[in-house]
Amino acid sequence: MLNSPVILEMRSITKEFPGVKALSNVSLTVRASEIHAICGENGAGKSTLMKVLSGVYPYGSYSGDIYFEGSEMRFKDIRSSETAGIAIIHQELALIPELSITENIFLGNEPTRWGSIDWVGAKRTAYELLARVGLRDDPDTLIKNIGVGKQQLVEIAKALNKSVKVLILDEPTAALNEADSQHLLDLIRGLKSKGISSIMISHKLNEIEQVADSITIIRDGLAIETLDIAADGVNEDRIIRGMVGRSLESRFPEHTPTIGPVFFEVRDWTVQHPQVAERLVAKGSNLTVRTGEIVGIAGLMGAGRTELAMSIFGRSYGTFISGQIFKDGTEIELRNVGEAIEHGLAYVSEDRKALGLNLLDDIKRSVVSAKLSKISAGPVVNDAKEYAIAEEYRKNLRIKTPTVDMGVSKLSGGNQQKVVLAKWMFTDPDILILDEPTRGIDVGAKYEIYGIIQTLAAQGKGVILISSELPELLGLADRIYTIFEGAITDCIDAADADPETLMKSMTSARKKVRTI
Amino acid sequence: MSDTTPIATKPSAGRRFGSGRNSIRQFGILFSLIAIIIFFQILTDGLTLSSGNLINLVSQYSYILILAIGMVMVIIAGHIDLSVGSVAAFCGIVVASSMEDWNFPWPVAILFGLVVGALIGAWQGFWVAYIGVPAFIVTLAGMLIFRGGNQLIGNANTVPVPEGFTTIGAGYLPEVGPSTGYNNLTLLIGFLIAIAIVAREWRARQVQKTMHSESVPLWASVVKVGLLDAVVIYATFLFAGGRVGTSFPVSGIILGVLVLLYSFVTRNTILGRHVYAVGGNKLAAELSGVNSRRVNFLVMMNMAILSSLAGMIFVARAGASGPQDGLSWELDAIAAVFIGGAAVSGGIGTVIGSIVGGLVMAVLNNGLQLLGVGSDLVQIIKGMVLLAAVGVDVWNKSQGRPSIIGLLTRNRRAPGPPEPPPAVLPTAGTPATAQPADRATN
Repeated sequence: MLNSPVILEMRSITKEFPGVKALSNVSLTVRASEIHAICGENGAGKSTLMKVLSGVYPYGSYSGDIYFEGSEMRFKDIRSSETAGIAIIHQELALIPELSITENIFLGNEPTRWGSIDWVGAKRTAYELLARVGLRDDPDTLIKNIGVGKQQLVEIAKALNKSVKVLILDEPTAALNEADSQHLLDLIRGLKSKGISSIMISHKLNEIEQVADSITIIRDGLAIETLDIAADGVNEDRIIRGMVGRSLESRFPEHTPTIGPVFFEVRDWTVQHPQVAERLVAKGSNLTVRTGEIVGIAGLMGAGRTELAMSIFGRSYGTFISGQIFKDGTEIELRNVGEAIEHGLAYVSEDRKALGLNLLDDIKRSVVSAKLSKISAGPVVNDAKEYAIAEEYRKNLRIKTPTVDMGVSKLSGGNQQKVVLAKWMFTDPDILILDEPTRGIDVGAKYEIYGIIQTLAAQGKGVILISSELPELLGLADRIYTIFEGAITDCIDAADADPETLMKSMTSARKKVRTI
Repeated sequence: MSDTTPIATKPSAGRRFGSGRNSIRQFGILFSLIAIIIFFQILTDGLTLSSGNLINLVSQYSYILILAIGMVMVIIAGHIDLSVGSVAAFCGIVVASSMEDWNFPWPVAILFGLVVGALIGAWQGFWVAYIGVPAFIVTLAGMLIFRGGNQLIGNANTVPVPEGFTTIGAGYLPEVGPSTGYNNLTLLIGFLIAIAIVAREWRARQVQKTMHSESVPLWASVVKVGLLDAVVIYATFLFAGGRVGTSFPVSGIILGVLVLLYSFVTRNTILGRHVYAVGGNKLAAELSGVNSRRVNFLVMMNMAILSSLAGMIFVARAGASGPQDGLSWELDAIAAVFIGGAAVSGGIGTVIGSIVGGLVMAVLNNGLQLLGVGSDLVQIIKGMVLLAAVGVDVWNKSQGRPSIIGLLTRNRRAPGPPEPPPAVLPTAGTPATAQPADRATN
């Protein structure tokens, strides 16, 4: 394989965002008729690299060079990269549900005859394209009426129509079931035999091992290594070592946990995807939390961490199927968010701006917003109490702001997150579910938030910590659940855990789950 | 509270007169209102601020302003109500007919009208909140349904209303007490308001002294109270000194009470907070335990009740209910709310702001009429003013500034936060917050 000619070369790509270096001197070489996998933890820079390649980030917004078929490329948008023969298929499919397969394939690229769209010709071509990707559906079928797996194939057909030479697939099988995944992987291999290279970002290491010819591992914005699957004898363990291979620095405040008995338990928790009925986002999950314990949940993006958390928090995600929640030995029913808050649950969302805060509000109003009744006499909110409470949290959590009258949109990410934490601490929760509490936060604020989390645990509260950063979980959690495709695959004491064992459980289904 | 003392004594550049961010925009619009009044006062040779004209202005626009109160809550919650004119007309004819055909005493008829309004509101609220049909559609349907309902009940004719009922629309405060050459009740109310303004400011200062880190300097309070009271007392004498038999209109009193009530509800109650929360970020509100359906339902229902009240006041003023009542009121009310600083996307707006916005339109209308400008030109000018008022604000926001109006009164904060980087990446750094004042105290 190594002797086929190089078709694409990205040389020392560096891409910076305000305050963050997302990619630093990354190089990538793809040969003709090759399947090249890109691996790395969430946020390592894989998607950024592919966005640079496909022109989402135009020439000039990054430094470095892209050579394609021997000549330098300066893509100014997606269209120019597509014209050159590079097509990207995003994680979130870019198809329009209300249009037919044909209309979607030719969207933005409609064949015309004497000024009007040549639908007959388009349909004929669509038939051929669908045959090439192994779809036998009528091209007039609306996209919304076919499953995700088939939609993925339509995306590929759309790319083929643009005579693509390099196909970029971002997590192509993340949303697919076993059979659809297999079909897709076979298709990618089929394309390879016809001379089309694929760049595949994937978290599913078994799939990479199965189809990829070579693999580039990215970590913290750096290309760590490029391996030839066959020649270097790469297996899952080897990939994991490359992905997580960094030392755990002492980035966490000193903390001695005082763990009590189990007081919160989720049993056999099964939840359906809100739109796709056949997809389960939580499959009979069991989970326990002890007082004063920080319980970590590890899983890759799309594994169902957030879905599990939100469905527990007053069924705010998906369709509840079955399961029980016990708190302090008695079963409780949380049918909506209000009841969940009443029973002492709190959920800090991973998406601070969309789900955590009303960005139009000021700090003091945000802090009390989840339990206004606590500072109200009847229906009337006591402004003085509100101010005093906000002021108290400002000092305790060290929210950097001149006044609590400041709008939350003016705060930095770290300070916004502290406001969200204050908002939920104000509800006096017994169980805090923290979903990516340090996402998008600089190192200093992270350390402070770790301190807050540990203080909460020391007060005897149970903390469920969801995080994509394994070092964070290993540094903070007392016990870690791993989750894969909606199912809990393992439960490991943090003392016995290391990144490699965690990553293994996060990337493969396993049956035995130890309980406490 | 010794910790906060250093902040309290720091030079208060960018001091604020009101409480909360919205007041900044309101003040800008208040300035525009004053400018417009002065403009017309000069052009009409003092006719604009004459007793007769002011009294007329209040009774002629009170029902639009009452609609604006409800409309601002609807718009804060992220909806719109196009049916208010038709609902007002429908309730008007129902009330008029109830007195004409069933001999309802007029107080009972008013209650009946409010109940009808509540039922209509429950109907529309049900579709909006529980079925999830966009309010634009529900109330567009309501606009047709209740306009037709009005004509069906009244046979497209006018229905007269009895004497007592007309008080709420055409009545004035009665003459009581010694003859002073002024209307005594109006004077009394005016003076009470003036005292209340002083008392409120004094209390606010007390609260700030004990609670707030940022207090307004004394001279600013004195100037503010002085100006407001001067305006109130001047207006009081104008209203009290009109033609004999006229004084401050009853409909103006109703409006005043509603403004106080709804300002309080929107600012100081849990329900009010929830309206802003749902409009500002529905998902975040729901994840904070807010029942957004209930909020939407109540907001739509409240709007219809206020529409019913506005309709009755109009009928009382006109002396009869007719098929053309309430035509295009929804547009006047919506315009008032947006001129008053509400955001089309919801979450932002105040009752007071909307009232001021409504007054801008009212004074403009009234002044142009006094000048003898034809209704064709009046409409064009009103349209341009609406577009300009909102357009300037939107344009300024898109430039990263809070609003041009805000710039007039605010100079402390750094110009808008930097563009957030794409969502996939960490928004690191502390650009907007790291302020010297803070570092000095922490």
